[in-house]
Amino acid sequence: MTENNIINPENRVYKRPSLLNEAHMHYCPGCSHGVVHKLVAEVIEELGLQEKAIGVSPVGCSVFAYNYIDIDWLEAAHGRATAMATAVKRLMPDKAVFTYQGDGDFAAIGTCESIHACNRGESIVIIFINNAIYGMTGGQMAPTTLLGQKTATCPYGRRADLNGYPLSITPLLAQLDGTRYVTRQSVHTPANVRKTKAAIKKAFLNSMEGKGTSVVEVVSTCNTGWKLTPEKANKWMEENMFAKYPLGDLKDNDAKKD
Amino acid sequence: MKAEIIIAGFGGQGVLSMGKILAYSGLMEDKEVTWLPSYGPEQRGGTANVTVILSDERISSPTLDAYDMAVVLNQQSLDKFESKVKPGGVLIYDSYGINTPPTRTDIRICRIDATEATIEMNNSKTFNMIVLGAMLKVNTMVTIDSVLKALKKTLPERHHHLIPLNEEALKKGATLIKD
Amino acid sequence: MNDKVMLMKGNEALAMAAIRYGADGYFGYPITPQSEVLEKLEEEMPWETTGMVVLQAESEVAAINMVYAGASCGKAVFTSTSSPGFSLMQEGMSYMCASEVPALVINVMRGGPGLGTIHPSQADYFQACKGGGHGDYHPIVLAPASVQEMADFVALGWDLAFKYRCVSLILADGLIGQMMEKVVLPEQRPRRTEEEIRRQCPWAVMGREGMRPKNIITSLELDDDKMEANNHRFQATYREIEKNEVRCELVDTDDCDYLMVAFGSMARIGMKVMEMAREEGIKVGLVRPITLWPFPGKQIAQVAQHVKGILVPELAAGQLIEDVKLAVECKVPVAHFDRLGGNVPSPEEVLNSLKEQLVKA
Repeated sequence: MTENNIINPENRVYKRPSLLNEAHMHYCPGCSHGVVHKLVAEVIEELGLQEKAIGVSPVGCSVFAYNYIDIDWLEAAHGRATAMATAVKRLMPDKAVFTYQGDGDFAAIGTCESIHACNRGESIVIIFINNAIYGMTGGQMAPTTLLGQKTATCPYGRRADLNGYPLSITPLLAQLDGTRYVTRQSVHTPANVRKTKAAIKKAFLNSMEGKGTSVVEVVSTCNTGWKLTPEKANKWMEENMFAKYPLGDLKDNDAKKD
Repeated sequence: MKAEIIIAGFGGQGVLSMGKILAYSGLMEDKEVTWLPSYGPEQRGGTANVTVILSDERISSPTLDAYDMAVVLNQQSLDKFESKVKPGGVLIYDSYGINTPPTRTDIRICRIDATEATIEMNNSKTFNMIVLGAMLKVNTMVTIDSVLKALKKTLPERHHHLIPLNEEALKKGATLIKD
Repeated sequence: MNDKVMLMKGNEALAMAAIRYGADGYFGYPITPQSEVLEKLEEEMPWETTGMVVLQAESEVAAINMVYAGASCGKAVFTSTSSPGFSLMQEGMSYMCASEVPALVINVMRGGPGLGTIHPSQADYFQACKGGGHGDYHPIVLAPASVQEMADFVALGWDLAFKYRCVSLILADGLIGQMMEKVVLPEQRPRRTEEEIRRQCPWAVMGREGMRPKNIITSLELDDDKMEANNHRFQATYREIEKNEVRCELVDTDDCDYLMVAFGSMARIGMKVMEMAREEGIKVGLVRPITLWPFPGKQIAQVAQHVKGILVPELAAGQLIEDVKLAVECKVPVAHFDRLGGNVPSPEEVLNSLKEQLVKA
């Protein structure tokens, strides 16, 4: 078998999704964002929503998401992505509207907008990357930073008496009447990547059917902010993050009842 | 023609809506009109007043410090607005609850027993139409016909059967003005 | 009687004029003294007739960002608020100007600072005209002085916003908002179709129909040189607006010995002051800026050449007067009169002030 045979279309088992362009990503090696970007691009393409997708990017590491996925984008002020997505979806209900937000954007400065968009049941998709740290600004404490976890603004570890408790926001959102589907996934193994992709796809389908708000939390690593190798970061996530933020569906109104 | 009027009383007495019907009546006669309410956060039970200006020409300021006619429906409003009537102007006040009557001699003062008349009509909602009837008897700035047209335009259809009652109240109000 | 003449509050006229313009959406949060805008829209249910979206947001912060999003989609969207709420919207104002999206924002001012009062004020003049948020930007600021202008400036504001891809701000106050006057509303226009918006606003975020190149609306540009170029482009637009869009009303300025410069409700009171002054033989004229930015400085300077003094009455402690002084380069005495915190002066007070400060002096 020659090299040319291998790259024949019929032999191809994996390719870059057509919407994910070749721009060099600014993410650190080992970061989860690249994987989730790819999943979003794949799902939009597979559902044939290339001409209908509108993304709202946050302030945070994924602020430049619009540079990588070739759809129409809005770049929100810090925390306001779900308010913007609300307006876009209400004004153009036939569009596939999603936000892509980190923990600081979604669960600190944007908490009010996050809760109210979910409570109104806006038929938008919220992709929420929870890596328990502010990556873009250099590793400060996030609302989801774990107790004892060291960051630039809790250098001796987060203390409840000084810094308050880590905020697990998705269970709160699952209680709201407006949410249709709330799930917590990760992308640190191929199996988890597949589950996350299925979750994102379900969320987009919900949006297109006008079924209410779908929230996909992706518990992620920030090996740079955590000051660990990518491999050790994955391990640390499994041992520490999953205890506070266990994976699985928190709410799915369409789940088959047994 | 130009009439600069203030109507003042308790919030909830219908002061603002009385002003509104007067303004609408002006509209029916193609007059220029302004209606400017003034009330505190205490919209119920506190004092409320409304400035209404009717004119054949473009109206400049919607807020004034001297009026052709002041219509006052409680003591506080009387205390506040008696001095603001232009010399030669008119002050109409409802006698109910007034302990210190007005004293100016350079204006026409009309005491009306509107609250009593309302009780006679056995319908508390006729109060502001009775007062309006008295106002129009003193100064025919708009015709009764225009008021009835205004009521027809502003009242929801389901309340149109009340228009004859309002007409009766307007006429009753006119009888309260003694020459 | 002309059937088209209606009687309504300034705030209601804003709502009705927006529906008639063919607005696509309103996003707002209740605050006195402008809540009638949202109340009227909800009562009218335009989503049943024109398809317009009306949404009560969770805060002014959310509302302005909803407007930012809608404007980024090329839609005719707007919000209305009063002073404390407008402070919360400053971030959004800055972002919209930086993103060059066309939006309409309405501030029905009340007495401040802080929570202040619910009564009329003009103390947000600086915030409106000088850029209340961060960075170098200007909205076009329209100052209505009647209920008819409340209605007319909705269409004017949107037309200018779409023409220049900028934000138009209607700066009214509690008096103009709460007052009822006669108004003739514009004819109902259909909302633009998505196709029409795509043609009019090729930059709009509406999905890549026909797989056209992607559109991105952002205010972020980390390359200093590119951001400087963006700023130069914004400033070029502002110079163009200054050249084309100055609007003001001159009342009896040809023969006046004294001039008043006032806008909005103060201009209405000023017109009464003029009537009273002329009865006493004092010839007073009025320049009423209709656009507060761009400011009619040249028009004021021209009238100032033949007057003995200028009075600037405002419901603010000396804001408009700064622009008047700059316009006349202090060649004429410029006096100030104010009432603050929600109080509105009587015409007599203003006249006395004019006589005291300018005529006697």
